[in-house]
Amino acid sequence: MVGITSYGAYIPLHRLSKATISRAWGDSPVPGEKAVANWDEDSITMAVAAGMDCLNGVDPQTLDGLYLASTTFPYLEKQSAALVATALDLRRNVFTADFSNSLRCGTSAMKAAMDAINANSVGSIMVCAADTRLGMPHGAREMDFGDGAAAIILGSTGVIATIEGVYSVMDEIIDVWRPDDDIFVHSWEERFIREKGYARVVPEAVSAALEKYKLAPNDFAKAVFYAHNPGLLTAVARQLGFDTKTQVQDILCDTVGNTGAALSLMLLVAALEEAKAGDRILLVGYSDGCDVLILRVTEEIEKVGDRRGMKGHLASKLELDNYQKYLEWRALIPTQTTLRPGPDQPSAVALLRDRKYGLALYGVKCKVCGTPHFPPEHVCVNCGTRDQFEDYRFANRKGVLTTFSQDSSWAGVSLDVPVTVTAVDIDGGGRIICDMTDRDPEQVKVGMPVEMTFRKLRRVGGINNYWWKCQPVRG
Amino acid sequence: MESIRDKVAIIGMGCTKFGENWDKSTQDMVVEAAYEAFEDAGIDPRKDLQAAWFGTVWGAGTGMVLARTLQLPYLPVTRVENLCATGSEALRNACYAVAAGVYDIVLAIGVEKLKDGGYGGLPPIDAPMATGDVQHSYRSSTFTSPGRFAMMATRYFDRYGLSPEEGKRMIARIAVKNHHNGNLAPKAHFHREITLEQAVNAPIVAWPLGLFDCCGVSDGAAAAIVTRGDLAKNFRPDPVYVKALQICAGPYEGELSQKYDFTHVEETYIAGQRAYAEAGIKEPRKEISIAEVHDCFTITEAVIYEDLQFSPRGGAKEDIEAGTFELNGELPVNTDGGLKCFGHPMGATGLRMMYEVYKQMQGKTGPRQIKNPRLGLTHCLGGVPGGGIISVLIAGAEQG
Repeated sequence: MVGITSYGAYIPLHRLSKATISRAWGDSPVPGEKAVANWDEDSITMAVAAGMDCLNGVDPQTLDGLYLASTTFPYLEKQSAALVATALDLRRNVFTADFSNSLRCGTSAMKAAMDAINANSVGSIMVCAADTRLGMPHGAREMDFGDGAAAIILGSTGVIATIEGVYSVMDEIIDVWRPDDDIFVHSWEERFIREKGYARVVPEAVSAALEKYKLAPNDFAKAVFYAHNPGLLTAVARQLGFDTKTQVQDILCDTVGNTGAALSLMLLVAALEEAKAGDRILLVGYSDGCDVLILRVTEEIEKVGDRRGMKGHLASKLELDNYQKYLEWRALIPTQTTLRPGPDQPSAVALLRDRKYGLALYGVKCKVCGTPHFPPEHVCVNCGTRDQFEDYRFANRKGVLTTFSQDSSWAGVSLDVPVTVTAVDIDGGGRIICDMTDRDPEQVKVGMPVEMTFRKLRRVGGINNYWWKCQPVRG
Repeated sequence: MESIRDKVAIIGMGCTKFGENWDKSTQDMVVEAAYEAFEDAGIDPRKDLQAAWFGTVWGAGTGMVLARTLQLPYLPVTRVENLCATGSEALRNACYAVAAGVYDIVLAIGVEKLKDGGYGGLPPIDAPMATGDVQHSYRSSTFTSPGRFAMMATRYFDRYGLSPEEGKRMIARIAVKNHHNGNLAPKAHFHREITLEQAVNAPIVAWPLGLFDCCGVSDGAAAAIVTRGDLAKNFRPDPVYVKALQICAGPYEGELSQKYDFTHVEETYIAGQRAYAEAGIKEPRKEISIAEVHDCFTITEAVIYEDLQFSPRGGAKEDIEAGTFELNGELPVNTDGGLKCFGHPMGATGLRMMYEVYKQMQGKTGPRQIKNPRLGLTHCLGGVPGGGIISVLIAGAEQG
């Protein structure tokens, strides 16, 4: 039977308290906080981070495909899944596809992956979902939305949660939407969204699914619903007969926020972290219809290795105590720049030629003396042998900060001043000169352990340039 | 392998005022430096000059720019570039051509026009940094010189157990010294004494380096006339003879290999060793009378003391505190204020260093004149800790 064989998640380090937002606008404080992507993060980088978390112990070359779900892809024409698959070091002969344009696309991608495996078209597929949606400043959606990502691998061996059933309905409605010429999410009035949207369609689909599979609410250890807000979730779950205290997965609205297309899979990961063999889990994705998936946890769940997942990422956080900074990170306010020229547009030719080292962080290792190199060289720095190298990937390796500077001379150019420039000595050999991200500049020390993280460096001429940075190892 | 020692001599030099030369173009500065050198050597450029080397980093143009500006009569002109060592590189190539016996009288000139740009600091620098097409591909573009040299300060402080405050005080003394010296040099960019407290408390540019740890970004030009050693006295009684000319281009080992420790510059050490061997110097600290070194940042000058063996490893602090490298110290370094205070128009800097050594040997440097200099050293550093291009030139007042 097809099911989940591995899972992972990603929540950005930075949290913006809703009180900070309220204070900036002179409003009464609102409780809770939301996870916000750093200025160098987007749905692509978060998908890569969740994918790496999920791949813990899994060879990426064994996967047969990647489905990537998001409503916030950086390109409207050009696949993002291929970019993420390259960064995650999947094989070339895999099937990749983007699932987008609906908050339901995460569960839809999961269903499509299951169908592909059941049809023997592929053996295993990773499904990644990530979102960084924007609500208009000083609006309710700005308060509600958070950023995050999740990844699961679907396959038929070593299954930790079998997919026992799937049921979907489609529903054409303008309740929550984003037109193609706007960066902000729109919505119709709250009462309509509730009565004619979520509270009509979700009960219809879940009831039909339960009937189809001859199951009742008390057959489930956990019910994982996407929901716009907790009030809506409580009303609908209760209406369906679920115990909202014991059965319904918390939707993290005070800790992470509504992560859009990523939310249902992030909540599923959170549920799996608490699950035990035999548990049945209901998974519900909503928007423009409803996907209902029924999962059954197996004994393999005991074998899941350590990973950050939802719990680890929730616990590891750094407060962003500055709303203006958030607006700057999201490019929502113009800020003073200097006359210093910005970077040139990257060359598509060079990006193609260098993609293996640039995106998957491959270097080489000398076959004669064993010295790892980054970036790839022709002549060994240690023994001088020409072109006797094997590929050597640095992305999963930790390292130590050999030295650094806090470079303030980027004021007016970079959003990340002081830029922490570093030399990282990678465990097992090799040195990478790169920037450090997601750090408190005051806490940076020579000798501190670091890990590599995939980030967006810049966008010039409509091309996003991604590369890797180091970050302090997340707790 | 033969040595350059005494085969060539410098018989004329020129240097513009360095600084924010808002009213001077590249061409204006080239003419000013070149004609000072022609007049100093007593030559007629249209009749006597046989070839020229033109050093510039940020694209003042090809050799034709020099040929047109000076109206050189269809001479061979070569444009050279080796980052911050560009001026030295122009001089080195000119010297070798004369030593080879191909020409008898040649011009080496370097110029940089940086202050037309509209911002402090250097223009974007990825492309020339021996990293190929990085700027147009993946990898970070957050390269700055202050950032990279600050990484050396961080590591140096860490290795020798200096707190950031102790480390900053150590290097601040270099800024104070160079500002003192530069204040005595009329052509220097900055004329201002500073205090240790001002230097230590200056705004941070790239932590731990503050404003006074960083050299000026300047416009300027400098030039030299080179001839054969045996002809030099025909032009003037006090030519300056070249004793050693070394350049060392690093293979960027420090960015690739964990062996590099960020507390020295390997290329400086190697170029220094070669230059001492070529010039027959056994005890550099005792034998060298004056050194003009590449203090792009104060930490760089501190590390140079050790790499050129003026100080033992880790011993720079003690020597700095003892005043060893001050104007009246045991081995005066950067008597004209160095890059820190005289300024740093990259293409001109190596020739400006030689200008100071040359004038010191001729006893023409006024209040900053040191006593009876016999051997002078210039040291230029292009690139960064971990991957640099270093020139070391040693010159002497006497032949033989």
